[in-house]
Amino acid sequence: MKKMKLSTIYLFIVFVILYAPIFYLMFFSFNSGGKMYHFEQFTLDWYRELFHDTRLLIIVLNTVIIALLSSVISTILGVFGAIAIWYVRKNYQKSLLLSFNNVLIVSPDVIIGASFLIMFTVVGIKLGFTSVLLSHIAFSVPIVVIMVLPKLQEMSSSLIDAAQDLGAGRREILTKVILPYITPGIFAGFFMALTYSLDDFAVTFFVTGNGFSTLSVEIYSLARRGISLNINALSTLLFLFTIILVIGYYFIVTKRNGRAVGLGARK
Amino acid sequence: MKVRGRNIFLIPYMLWIIIFVISPILLVVYYSFLDLDGNFTLSNYQTFFTPVYLKMTLNSFWYAFLITAFSLLIAYPTAYLLTKTKYKQLWLLLIILPSWINLLLKAYAFLGIFGTYGFANAMLEVFGIGKKQILFTDFSFIFVSVYIFIPFMILPIFNAIDKLNPSLIDASRDLGSSAWMTFRRVVFPLTIDGVKSGCQVVFIPALSLFMLTRLIAGNRVITLGTAVEQHFLVTQNWGMGATIAVFLIIIMVLIMFLTGNRKRGVL
Repeated sequence: MKKMKLSTIYLFIVFVILYAPIFYLMFFSFNSGGKMYHFEQFTLDWYRELFHDTRLLIIVLNTVIIALLSSVISTILGVFGAIAIWYVRKNYQKSLLLSFNNVLIVSPDVIIGASFLIMFTVVGIKLGFTSVLLSHIAFSVPIVVIMVLPKLQEMSSSLIDAAQDLGAGRREILTKVILPYITPGIFAGFFMALTYSLDDFAVTFFVTGNGFSTLSVEIYSLARRGISLNINALSTLLFLFTIILVIGYYFIVTKRNGRAVGLGARK
Repeated sequence: MKVRGRNIFLIPYMLWIIIFVISPILLVVYYSFLDLDGNFTLSNYQTFFTPVYLKMTLNSFWYAFLITAFSLLIAYPTAYLLTKTKYKQLWLLLIILPSWINLLLKAYAFLGIFGTYGFANAMLEVFGIGKKQILFTDFSFIFVSVYIFIPFMILPIFNAIDKLNPSLIDASRDLGSSAWMTFRRVVFPLTIDGVKSGCQVVFIPALSLFMLTRLIAGNRVITLGTAVEQHFLVTQNWGMGATIAVFLIIIMVLIMFLTGNRKRGVL
């Protein structure tokens, strides 16, 4: 009994430490004092200021556009990739493709950012919207592949044989059998790509150039200048947004699948 | 299904691999042989083997090691206790949730908590220790890094422990081994794969952190990642930056081999 209590206390402490900083941020977003200590009075001024900051709103818009575009495109590419890997019969080819696939997942962001910066400069792509969008597509593709591939692998080959016996063509097999079967994986992949893109800082920081900025990069430059409670207000909103996104995703996926696929920790 | 069709899927995916995986790495290697004027040179490598850079590399390793060790120390018991709770999937989700919140915001929260008048110093005052400089020290850097990486360490370990057959533990206890012995001889060896992949997902990013070193460690800690960022975006010495990146890639590959044994396609 006593052991049980100790373990509960331990878990409790871990939870508190994990959540305390986030709630600390949110708490002071209502502080009229303008500092992240000594709570003076409750105010919504920081939120008001946030919604009047046109520059920031444009940056939010940029971030969302980049995230949506890049995750749609990378989901399509990633589904193609997963099907391609699944089709390859020879084992060594499969593992070679998978190794290439995983390079961008395990590479530190700094390396991805620096090498993409070199590439865009060499090719002559102007740093800005295009380079950021291309990078986000590039690093999201392997994540989609990883999310979709297990669904393909668990699909029984007799499903396809049956479809073939019943006279389905290649196109029909793809659209009527394979794609419906892997839809949960595609959803999971799209969602992961979306959040990776929304959250990315390091890669974007390298390839963004002047004049174009996403939310993470903007928060970084604000934070380097010191504390401003605008950021607290912004983070409270982002936190709520994240929670809604996670819960929404959880419901969509569990409803389709019985349990959440690949709802993991992330970079 | 006839083999002919598969090439269609492979084409866009191979294009992605060639453009965004292979060519950036080749370009980084190529640039590491260029000096500031774009002439071929080996001097970057010579510079890397001077005491300044070697010391920095060693330092990076030391910090990354500390961060990984502390994360493991905290994460293992947490993961173990989590598997013992009711509704463990829900608790796991709650533990992982903070990792979905933008990294920048968490770092920013600690600017407030560790600040001169922040929560940490207020606590120190209460305990009669008095104010201390917490921000911009090694302690704050490691603390915040561990805080950020803990969920990534917990997840693979949780999965490994969760898969462990509980009757093995019963058997070990029935055969007379103590709780500690059971842990050392049965539980830990059987979950070592989870520990390995946890260490891998923490150690490699920890080597290349640059945002935290700037915000939390106040440029006191220079890791390999910081140096890459510095060379690419501040001093514009891309050759030197690329050289460090090459070493980071080599280290990464080595670590992957050392901690190997990971199931293909699993991250």
